Amino acid sequence: MSAGDVLLWIILPYVALATFVVGHWWRYRTDRFGWGARSTQLLERRILGWASPAFHFGILAAAGGHVIGLVIPASWTASLGISENAYHWFAAVAGGLAGLLTVVGFVGLLYRRTTNDRVRRTTTPADMVTYGLLTFLVLQGTYIAFGENLLADDAHHYRDTMGAWWRSLFALDPDVDAAVAAPFMYQLHAVAAWAFWAFFPFSRLVHVWSLPWQYIGRPPILYRRRFATSRRAARRGAR
Amino acid sequence: MTIRAQVGMVMNLDKCIGCHTCSVTCKQVWTDRPGAEYMWFNDVETKPGVGYPKRWEDQEQWRGGWELDKKGRLRLKGGGRLKKLLRIFANPDMPELDDYYEPWTYDFDQLVEAPRQRHDPVARARSQVSGRRMDEIGWGPNWEDNLAGAPERIHDDPLTDGIEDQVRAEYEQAFMLYLPRICEHCLNPACVASCPSGAMYKREEDGIVLVDQEKCRSWRYCVSGCPYKKVYFNHKSGKAEKCTLCYPRIEQGQPTICSETCVGRIRYLGLVLYDVDRVEAAASVPDERDLLAAQRDVFLDPSDPDVRARALADGIPEDWIDAAVRSPVYALAMRYRVALPLHPEYRTLPMVWYVPPLSPIAGTMEADGYEADPDEVFSAVDDPDAMRVPVDYLANLLAAGDGEQIRDVLRRLAAMRHHMRKREVLGEHDESRAAAVGMSVEEIEDLYRLLAIAKYEDRYVIPPAHAEQAGNLLEERGTCGLDFEGGPGNCGAIERDVSRPPGYDAAADAQSAMRPDADRVDLDIVQMLGDRRREEGLDR
Repeated sequence: MSAGDVLLWIILPYVALATFVVGHWWRYRTDRFGWGARSTQLLERRILGWASPAFHFGILAAAGGHVIGLVIPASWTASLGISENAYHWFAAVAGGLAGLLTVVGFVGLLYRRTTNDRVRRTTTPADMVTYGLLTFLVLQGTYIAFGENLLADDAHHYRDTMGAWWRSLFALDPDVDAAVAAPFMYQLHAVAAWAFWAFFPFSRLVHVWSLPWQYIGRPPILYRRRFATSRRAARRGAR
Repeated sequence: MTIRAQVGMVMNLDKCIGCHTCSVTCKQVWTDRPGAEYMWFNDVETKPGVGYPKRWEDQEQWRGGWELDKKGRLRLKGGGRLKKLLRIFANPDMPELDDYYEPWTYDFDQLVEAPRQRHDPVARARSQVSGRRMDEIGWGPNWEDNLAGAPERIHDDPLTDGIEDQVRAEYEQAFMLYLPRICEHCLNPACVASCPSGAMYKREEDGIVLVDQEKCRSWRYCVSGCPYKKVYFNHKSGKAEKCTLCYPRIEQGQPTICSETCVGRIRYLGLVLYDVDRVEAAASVPDERDLLAAQRDVFLDPSDPDVRARALADGIPEDWIDAAVRSPVYALAMRYRVALPLHPEYRTLPMVWYVPPLSPIAGTMEADGYEADPDEVFSAVDDPDAMRVPVDYLANLLAAGDGEQIRDVLRRLAAMRHHMRKREVLGEHDESRAAAVGMSVEEIEDLYRLLAIAKYEDRYVIPPAHAEQAGNLLEERGTCGLDFEGGPGNCGAIERDVSRPPGYDAAADAQSAMRPDADRVDLDIVQMLGDRRREEGLDR
């Protein structure tokens, strides 16, 4: 195990995870006003109308695929009677489609952000880093889905390498050998992904956690008191 | 029954002169900031006209407000909750910036920094959104002021649908009226119901509808949900913003800035007590034309001892009930029934009401150079259909298309004028006019004082907020040490968050347009021109 291996497959993931967790806490405490999707639909509607749903649904499907691939060990699906071959074809085809949808949407969003003066002027430095990381991850990930998985003669069983390493991180017993055994493209994708997660809390991507599920069950009209009484007083009132 | 108080507004369109002072003072107080340049919490539209944003009244296009579904249940026209969540990545009903207008400024520095040249330097227009120079300005917040461009565009006004033959652009037959608009602070606000994050709310104490910008997540469904298009989207901060009814002033017992500065004294502010439990039923009446009666039915008479007792039990302070008794809004909407809600058919139960204008009599009375006898003019007002602004047009604006509601109001206003003219000019005391519209002489003269004399203290009856209700400070003494959010003595810091101004952010405030910073050059043109003349030795 070289020093480089330790850096890439132990130190980097844990630093990124710590930044991810502490960064969210810090951002929520200090910048709730800046927490949101920062939509630019007001400034440009036509391209966003198809590109944004394509990108978001595509990347949500891709995220789901990553969860399946990384969280669930091959032995579990095998015990359910799903053969490695069946899993591979499902993952490759679904992943390819999700990747394609994401790329199409992302290209549309990139196009409007770079060519539309109004949208470009709202772009912050954090947005540029976000777009840079996303561009790399989406394109490279889609290349893996097609070049290394769907169309490759001998697809790599990443669930036994990257998946095993990823799970081992959370068992606090990093399996560096598994990560080292993965092909270069997978390794590159993983390293870039940790950079992405480390940057995540400082970008507009935090809006992911604000998907308003609670809207489904809440009363339509919300009322608030201007001067909310303290919890103590509210309890007294309830008695 | 649960009684709540609401600060409402009435605007007397008869007296609006279209000077835009309300818009300008509102803009200077609230929306003179980056990302808010295109917003006008208050704007004044000339009707007929397409308005701001364009065709905002066409809910088949924008899908704002409420509608009844096939079973007669009240539903958001923009779609249900699941549909909104599925479409959260692109809102199909949201206006684009160009539906409002592209805000611009001018290159003022050119006036003093241009090199010496043969022709005077010119300050050219520059977009405040893209930063690009705008060679041609093709639309603005009030592009159609005083019917400008009406011959080409007048029938783009959604209110003229079906009455095209009554709305003419020819000079002799044209009519117009001014329509100042702010947020309606509705009893049944569609924007609040549309907000997926739950960031928008209606204040229990005074009914003001606000956005909690720390909870707003930029989903922008409030913008499309509001049928009046009075929730705006700040493209810099990515947060919704709207008219606040100047709540910091209202809490101090002062009128809103648009009211305070209104030159024509057209605005009235006062409390209305209402039964919050009956709001949904009132908004759900099957026939749109019954919405006015249904909303009036939700309002409660503060002079009624039972209402008073119940209001006290529901926590409304006594001085607020007294203010509700003196409320000019209650008087105009309920006692004298001359104020009507704007577009009741949106089913939001709006709380900014309008007195329709008693426009000039159509040409017939003054034809052939014959100057009409004033008495004949006022008699003709008995026939509102002879007036210049078509009753059907006003009905589309203020009465869900029911012309009878407009005629009823106009008859009262005409009777008031007729009565006062008889009294003041002819010295006659005649009760017949008042009786004909079902009012007593005292009532009709009180209405005259309210509408025509319109004293400051009669127009604005606003009880100050009860800040002492913020908490029982004596009780809490010694129990809430270190009472910051998350602190060990945290007795209610999270709840208290809402008492801060929504969206207040110290960092954003530090960068606000009110403070000079590196990007912002404050031009003292007189000083600069003087400097330049001295530099060039011209000033001897």
